[in-house]
Amino acid sequence: MAGLMHPLKRTHIAFAAALGAVALAGMAVPALAQRDPAYEAARSAGQIGEQMDGYLGIVGASTPSLERLVKDINIKRRALYAEKARAANATLEEYAFTAGCLNIARTAAGEKYQAPGGAWQTRTGAPPQRDPRCP
Amino acid sequence: MNACKLTYLAGPAHKARMELRKIGPAGAARSLMAGLGLSVLSGCISVTAPDKPIVIELNINISQEVIYRLADDAENTINENADIF
Repeated sequence: MAGLMHPLKRTHIAFAAALGAVALAGMAVPALAQRDPAYEAARSAGQIGEQMDGYLGIVGASTPSLERLVKDINIKRRALYAEKARAANATLEEYAFTAGCLNIARTAAGEKYQAPGGAWQTRTGAPPQRDPRCP
Repeated sequence: MNACKLTYLAGPAHKARMELRKIGPAGAARSLMAGLGLSVLSGCISVTAPDKPIVIELNINISQEVIYRLADDAENTINENADIF
């Protein structure tokens, strides 16, 4: 049916639909959920850190509760990366690595991150050591 | 004609250290003997496991171009899911 319409009319409809989608998306923005207090505490204590691959890692001695925390978040991150990578026509690893670059850039002073050599570093006021490909 | 059956007695071409430990001294000796026996025959290829662990760098294939293309998208994703980042 759409094929029979005048091309200009089709453009108008598409434009209206796009406007509608924008309006819907604007309304659907959820209240931004914050970090779980246990997660926040483990981050600031330097018990867990941001890895280059886009996931969290345990920095020092591991405990069952730390492992559970990290695993739980990493599973959620992986699912999210996979979904977004598919939408962006990228691989899971590419998307996760890009997010890793950003996650490391966003660490606060005192938090841990993984430097290109693989060693854990503590974030200071200075920019973190990142892979040369990071944006 | 000597036939050299590499699949007989000899273990897989690559054997991780842990596996060697698992089969114990008797097993190691047996596979060593098998290896010696095979190496005596002409035309056999001896394969030794590397002494360093094999590290596969998975991130090496990701190009900067792709990272730059995905950066904005990833930034939004992180902002919209602040509870897990």
